[in-house]
Amino acid sequence: MVDTKKDYQKILGSVQKPVKGEAGKTGTWSPKKPIIDLEKCIPAKSGKPSCFNCWLYCPEAVVTRTIPPEIDLEYCKGCGICQEECPVKAISMEEVTIE
Amino acid sequence: MVKLMEIPDEEFIYPGTRACAGCSMALIYRIALKALGPKTIITVPASCLTVLHGMQGFCTTKVSVLHTPFATTGASASGIVASLEDKGLADEVNVLAFAGDGGTVDIGIQSLSGAVERGTNFIYACYDNEAYMNTGVQRSGSTPPGAYSTTTPNGKIGYKKNMAKIMEAHGIPYVATAISSYPLDLYEKFKNAMKIKGPKYIHILAPCPPGWGYNPKDSIEIGRLAVQTGFWPLYEVIDGKFILSKDSQRFLDPTKRKPISEYLNIQKRFKNISDEDIKNHQNYVEEQWKQIKKRIEND
Amino acid sequence: MTITKKIPDLTKRKTRILTGNHAAAHALRQARVGVIAAYPITPQSPVVEKIAEFISEGKLKARFVKVESEHSALAVCCAASATGSRVGTATSSHGLMYMYELLPWASGNRLPIIINLATRATGAPWSVWTDHQDFITIRDVGWIQMFCMDNQEIYDTNIQAFKIAEDPRVFLPAIVAYDGYILSHTMMPVSIEKQDKIDEFLPPLKHHINLSDVSVVKGIDPVTTPHIRDRGNEGTVPGYFEYRYAMQKALENSIEIIMDVHDEFSEKFGRSYGNGIYKTYLAEDADILIFAMGSVASQARNVISKLRKDGLNVGLVSLKLFRPFPSSQLRELFKNTNLVVVFDRDIGYGYEGVLSYELKAALYGLKQAPFIKGFIVGLGGRDVTDQHITKGVTKAIKESDEEIISTKTDFLGLKLDDLGDYDQKEYFKGG
Repeated sequence: MVDTKKDYQKILGSVQKPVKGEAGKTGTWSPKKPIIDLEKCIPAKSGKPSCFNCWLYCPEAVVTRTIPPEIDLEYCKGCGICQEECPVKAISMEEVTIE
Repeated sequence: MVKLMEIPDEEFIYPGTRACAGCSMALIYRIALKALGPKTIITVPASCLTVLHGMQGFCTTKVSVLHTPFATTGASASGIVASLEDKGLADEVNVLAFAGDGGTVDIGIQSLSGAVERGTNFIYACYDNEAYMNTGVQRSGSTPPGAYSTTTPNGKIGYKKNMAKIMEAHGIPYVATAISSYPLDLYEKFKNAMKIKGPKYIHILAPCPPGWGYNPKDSIEIGRLAVQTGFWPLYEVIDGKFILSKDSQRFLDPTKRKPISEYLNIQKRFKNISDEDIKNHQNYVEEQWKQIKKRIEND
Repeated sequence: MTITKKIPDLTKRKTRILTGNHAAAHALRQARVGVIAAYPITPQSPVVEKIAEFISEGKLKARFVKVESEHSALAVCCAASATGSRVGTATSSHGLMYMYELLPWASGNRLPIIINLATRATGAPWSVWTDHQDFITIRDVGWIQMFCMDNQEIYDTNIQAFKIAEDPRVFLPAIVAYDGYILSHTMMPVSIEKQDKIDEFLPPLKHHINLSDVSVVKGIDPVTTPHIRDRGNEGTVPGYFEYRYAMQKALENSIEIIMDVHDEFSEKFGRSYGNGIYKTYLAEDADILIFAMGSVASQARNVISKLRKDGLNVGLVSLKLFRPFPSSQLRELFKNTNLVVVFDRDIGYGYEGVLSYELKAALYGLKQAPFIKGFIVGLGGRDVTDQHITKGVTKAIKESDEEIISTKTDFLGLKLDDLGDYDQKEYFKGG
């Protein structure tokens, strides 16, 4: 077996492994965050899988397709697409402080 | 037509990427990876997508990605496919090439043409934000006429290269157009492509908030307008047969199409567009749909 | 490492009469490459034609991607190598120039790709004949570069190149070069070894990347910052500077491995090429040494005996390993020489012949450095003759005696006197 212990031998090409938040906590990009009003939200009200526009249209994959949908505010960039696409205006963008 | 609950739950992109807030490309990529699944190798040239994948050491996807020089996406995909075929793994692993409009219609057109002419078994997806956005909004062959870019401050002169038609002319088994604003349609098109052996090409319009000049929250609506004005028809060409997609079918009727100015006027990149330019755009839309109508009647 | 002399068993191997191009093709076949991507270019085209023939006859189980350009050829090779296959290709001159963007990509990602280079002059003006310009032009991109002097050496060096490139202490791509037409199209006897013996010498590739294993998620070649990147318990990774340091050190330290692989090959197959990095002919007692590569060295070899009969103590050093440049070995070799006459079939425009100035740099600091005189010969396929070599040695001796050191290049073999009244300004006038 060849010996590859020298420092330069431990480095080959530039490679990556997957991590969450590669760009850091992107939730800090916007003070405004989507808050879901569960009294208006269609799946929350019906208890059945339905609508889920916020999950479908989120470019950041921070919305879960659960009843009710949950948004990961640590990484949500506050783009506001979910608010625009919610058919019953259940989402409002509000200033939120993340602990 | 795919139903929302048929789309798998599993995400293949971790949140917290460097993509802009409201980036259509990020949504397109998220949907595409759900369609392709975990047994996929992706190759990506210099583009906004490179940035989404992350800097050294740490990436954002749950599938492997090979970054490749700008002009080589088609060739890189050919190489991956060739190696998989040599190892007998070609039927088990999907190969996806994902490039921007600049990397496809301009600098990457040669290697893409070669790859499809050789019958390479892969999917090539071009996300089209209509300029070299990653380097700061310079015009590309895919920039529509009249649009502002840093290299066409008075509006682009010329036309938008119709890459889908060019791919059709190569006689490949699957060509489709899609858009971020219709993700179910997009998902279905990737799924349809996966069922076919040979080169598949999907051209996906991707509205860009900083490049096109609009509030990120409107990314979906702007794309919708692109379809509703008839500017961006959604269709597939499967073995030469033209199929107008469900979401575009009602726009065969010109009275159902919204005027193109509704789409152009809300984008800052068109703010200095002349009335003549708007007329030209409208004529382009009319002409495009005349052709579509003819194709449907003849097929 | 000592080489035990063995009488090769001629019954166990096949001797064919092959061109250099076909010798390369046979070597690629026997190295069991998995993917070849190549584009035709004079004078390399017969390599890819032969590969296509092997595949169609079932003699080579490989995927031959018939790309639409050399730029794509090397891109396909890089992608196929990163996916985990053994990869080889061939090109010349402008094909290599067109691949240029991918050359540092291959070395930076540490992909063990082998390129066969049938050397050919680079335009303008357009030329299909040989010189070494294409070979030297790519010397700074981090590839191992070796030059061959006959067709057997082309075959042998290809086999060794895969073993060197795939060594875990190396993992760098390599170019095996040979003169266009002079070797590429000239037939010579080449012993083709038995496949099982080659397999013993060259085991299957164990790549450090291997994207085909989709259970392990890898991002390959992302944008890399100037800085180290520290993400705490998720890990700390190098910056660009460290990646490139590693590449340079691997290249420097590969000389030892190149020599070991050469010796191992000699031991097994009974053929050697000096020490694997240079060959010498009558150099031990020489006080004048000729330094050259490839076809120029072959030509010089003819002249040594005649020069010795004329009373000159001349020997020859023909360089095989050009990159990494074996400076310490050459310092050792030349330290007791009085005069080195360098013949370059290339030129570092604006400076000198590349072998000439690289040798000068390598011998810098020697207490008693030899006098070094360089000549430019044979560009664009102009014949390099015995007379040129003799004239060069004579002139070098004169200048060394008179201690004339000039940084202007000296060309041998020009025919300016035969041009008469040629003047490009007048050329198109009148009818």
